Amino acid sequence: MITLNHYLITSGLLFAIGLVGIMTRRNILLILLCIELMFNAANLAFIAYAKAWGDLSGQLIVFFVITVAAAEVTVGLAIAILMARQLKTLNADEVNLLKW
Amino acid sequence: MAVGGLLVSLACASWLFFQTFQGKLILPVEFAIDWLVLPDLVVPFGILIDRLSLLMSLVVTGVGSAIFLYSIGYMADDKGYSRYFALLALFVFSMLTIVLANNWVELFIGWELVGFCSYALIGHWYERPQAAEAGNKAFMVNRVADFGFLLGILALWASSSPMATERTFNYQLLQTRIPDLLETGWLSGGTMSLIGLLVFCGVIGKSAQVPLHVWLPDAMEGPTPVSALIHAATMVAAGVYLLCRVFWLFENLPGVLMVVSWVGAITALLSASLALVEHDLKRILAYSTLSQLGYMVMALGLGGAVAGMYHLSTHAFFKALLFLAAGSVIHATHRQNIWELGGLRNSMPLTSSAFLVGGLALSGFPFLSGFYSKDEILVLAHEHDAGLYAIGTITAGMTAFYITRAWFVAFARKSASPIHAHESPPVMAGPLVILSILSLFGGYLGIPAFLGQHTGHIHLQIATVSFVTIALGFGLAWLMYVKQTISPTRLASRLAWGYWVLERKYGFDRLYTWYVEQVQQRIVAGACALFERLIIIGLAVNGTAWITKTAGRLIRYCQTGKVQSYVLAFFSGVVAFLYLASRF
Repeated sequence: MITLNHYLITSGLLFAIGLVGIMTRRNILLILLCIELMFNAANLAFIAYAKAWGDLSGQLIVFFVITVAAAEVTVGLAIAILMARQLKTLNADEVNLLKW
Repeated sequence: MAVGGLLVSLACASWLFFQTFQGKLILPVEFAIDWLVLPDLVVPFGILIDRLSLLMSLVVTGVGSAIFLYSIGYMADDKGYSRYFALLALFVFSMLTIVLANNWVELFIGWELVGFCSYALIGHWYERPQAAEAGNKAFMVNRVADFGFLLGILALWASSSPMATERTFNYQLLQTRIPDLLETGWLSGGTMSLIGLLVFCGVIGKSAQVPLHVWLPDAMEGPTPVSALIHAATMVAAGVYLLCRVFWLFENLPGVLMVVSWVGAITALLSASLALVEHDLKRILAYSTLSQLGYMVMALGLGGAVAGMYHLSTHAFFKALLFLAAGSVIHATHRQNIWELGGLRNSMPLTSSAFLVGGLALSGFPFLSGFYSKDEILVLAHEHDAGLYAIGTITAGMTAFYITRAWFVAFARKSASPIHAHESPPVMAGPLVILSILSLFGGYLGIPAFLGQHTGHIHLQIATVSFVTIALGFGLAWLMYVKQTISPTRLASRLAWGYWVLERKYGFDRLYTWYVEQVQQRIVAGACALFERLIIIGLAVNGTAWITKTAGRLIRYCQTGKVQSYVLAFFSGVVAFLYLASRF
């Protein structure tokens, strides 16, 4: 049987993988991808709970999250394009003007 | 002002003396207040007036007054005039603290204070490096001795009672308790001997016995009145006074007494031999002081407390006289080497006669003060130990020789180049006269009777032997330096090995310098360097830098400019928060 916990663990794993990906990737596009992964993990968790508790609010929230994710990707890609133009690189480490 | 104060002290001491003399005052008298009160320790501050302290305080204040008066003239042109008198006054205060103390702690306080005053006064002309070094040497040698002394005092305190609350520093209480404790067996004779030896350590340092005598000749760097007061009449006599105070302890310790008497005898002999070849007038007198101190200590060791104190008093008179006379010479001619002086008998008649009187008293010329006191000591030596008697007599002969030598060469000789010298002003000459009178007639003052000894007669046999010896000394000096029958230079070349040893002062100074420089300073310097390297530089200086650097390096991670590290920090915080939330 696939219980709630399975979904939750999967969601957690996906979230963690996305998190680690953010922390370790150099390529800005890959970082954005990992952010998306984290979003999806959250969505999965919401849906799992919605099914388990018989509450449709969870699925509603997923709609909102997807929308927000789309908007956020837009902004993120815009930043990536700007970065590519200004710094001629997609290496996230190069964005360090705030460094001491 | 200082002179006024001292004269008041002298007046008090004299008044007390007369009250006692007339039987109106019953001694001993003791006043004390509790100064330091701790749970198991009470340190009083008090005054004990008995015959011993009264006599000593008379000597201190009396000779001190003469020297203070003299100093007014001697130090008149000195720019450290006020400092000099302040220190001198402090010295007399400390000396009286020692004399009038009723307990060991007070004595020790005064003891250390006189050591300090001695240091300060020896180095009065501190711009002279020799003077500063001499002051240091005096104080440090004293300190070494005082270490043993302090151990002795503490041991005395500890052995004054099995119960901690009953222990005391008080002289009279100790005097009554310790014999009882010895009888009951709580204290052993061996412990008492050890304590006696430790206390004697203090005497060795303060009274400049061998082997800690090395500071006294160098102490002549100080002004001459200082040499007269501190290093002839009073401070160095404090050790002898101490021995008298603690005599009840030593009386039953024959081993310790033997050590004491032999140390005294060796000191007397050794320093007299060193005085034979000295060329500096003050140093001759310094070695002479050492020699006479040896006599006093020897007397104490032989059981003659009264004889020792008698010699202390007469010695104070004539040694102060000799020093002050020498000071007049130095003040007038600005030179101290006896070979550079000469013919002063005509230009400074008063001083010359003063020196002559002092010298005769020192040698023990019959019927002068020194004769009586030295006779007492030689009688004691004769009764106890032939070796000590022989040493005492030989030293007396040497004393006669060197002081006559000094007188002939410095005063009586017709010098090739006459020195311009004038007699001293009255303020300096007056004390000379007073002390001369005391040196001449001090034997008739009745000091031994005052201290309780009633035999004052002279042993004819011993007196004759000592007279013959000193006559030999006079004669030899006269032959060598006046008639020039025996030439000193030829004698020196024939006894060259003797001169070699004497000139190196038996190697004491070299030994001590070697020890201090090679052993002690190296260890201390090594330890200090190690400490400095490891702790001060390593820990404090470098350590502070390391701490700052590392802290900076860690805090730097807050500002990498990389978003990813911020993410990491953020999520670490989340994890921690969740963990803590789950705990509570």
